[in-house]
Amino acid sequence: MKPQPRTAGSLWRIFRWPLAVALVTLVGLLSALIGDGPYDALSWLLLGGLLALMAVLWRRGG
Amino acid sequence: MTGAALWEGKAMAMSQSAIKGWYLVHKWTSLICTLFLLMLCVTGLPLIFHEELEHALEGPGALEQVAPGTVAPGIDAIVAKVLASRPGEVVQYASFDDERPIVTIGTAPKADSPPAALHNQPVDLRTGKFVPPTPKMTGFLEVMNKLHTEMFAGVYGTWFLGLMGALFLAALVSGVVIYAPFMRKLAFGTVRKTRSTRLKWLDLHNMLGVVLTGWLFVVGATGVFNTLDLPLAMWWRGGQLAEMTAPYRNLPPPTRIGPVSEAIDAAAQASPGMKVSTISWPGTFFSTPHHYNVFMVGTTPVTSKLLKPSLVDAQTGKLTDTRDMPLLIKALFLSRPLHFGDYGELPLKIIWALLDVAAIVVLGSGVYLWLGRRRAPIVRHVDEILSGSEA
Repeated sequence: MKPQPRTAGSLWRIFRWPLAVALVTLVGLLSALIGDGPYDALSWLLLGGLLALMAVLWRRGG
Repeated sequence: MTGAALWEGKAMAMSQSAIKGWYLVHKWTSLICTLFLLMLCVTGLPLIFHEELEHALEGPGALEQVAPGTVAPGIDAIVAKVLASRPGEVVQYASFDDERPIVTIGTAPKADSPPAALHNQPVDLRTGKFVPPTPKMTGFLEVMNKLHTEMFAGVYGTWFLGLMGALFLAALVSGVVIYAPFMRKLAFGTVRKTRSTRLKWLDLHNMLGVVLTGWLFVVGATGVFNTLDLPLAMWWRGGQLAEMTAPYRNLPPPTRIGPVSEAIDAAAQASPGMKVSTISWPGTFFSTPHHYNVFMVGTTPVTSKLLKPSLVDAQTGKLTDTRDMPLLIKALFLSRPLHFGDYGELPLKIIWALLDVAAIVVLGSGVYLWLGRRRAPIVRHVDEILSGSEA
């Protein structure tokens, strides 16, 4: 195998989406804990978003 | 190479031997815990909906209408009535329902009888009438709950599952570490479906795994934390509770126990804006022979989960001390909803269940990937990770 560029940039490229997903997860998990009503709804939206993301990535795969 | 060095941007410099090491950590921690994790995911599924299932199986148990002008009997009369119906028993606790005007009185032969000896009698606070016990974890759900929390092996089963959970957390971390070299040449969320079955499952394992990592970590870590429930309770009892009641330590047992209503009044006065959740009677695990322990809670979603102990002298009805719980215990209270997923109404429970199903796919695909190549030399695995399966 060939040597690859060894920069922090590629680490950022690999983990920027997973980090964004983790942030969405964290906010989704905490919002329903902090409040009711709209806070619950935000939680449904964000954690439901994880399900939607997995479905989209699976369907898009070729 | 350490994880810290990895985060300094040296992922691409991960040596073959580092990848080999992390791969082996991922493989072995996963292999040891997967069977138990699959069991936990499957048994946890119906438990998410235990309230709904209990209601569906046993009927809603609607409360009767109360004629206007009915005078509520008061807690002392309710306690006396329950005791009269249970000759030879004493009260261990009283617990107020969050939503309905119901108090459940727990009685047992002795103040320190084990939980299995408890008899729980719910009573309508408005009329003093006994109501049928709310169905709790009976039959199928009880089996699921026992498997999920202790595998019918008591506290050792609980701690064993805690250990499996800790291995699962290590599997998650090592999985994220080897995700980096694998994904060097691949776009986020790549799933190559048509090349080979192994590649399809490998990509699926990585895609689902990386999207679920945050959720899996929180549910896993809070689950592990909850297995320490008993030692934490004993730590609190020997620490804060002992401190709060230190002046009573060497006193002879009280000759007279006053009415619980006095204890409730004293506790409520000391914590304005809070309401009574549960009361531990004198001589029980969460109290002392001299005290009622009135646990107060707040009214917001967070504060309603943080019990605040109020020790009231059972003879005089005067408050001895009330304090917020230590941070560790507060964390335990807040970790429960984050594990159960029961804190955001039915839609959150449904989402929780679907995330759980996705987690089962991650575990199952992991087993499949191991089965397919379990005899392959490790260098082939390292190659697979390093190349992202791109030639």
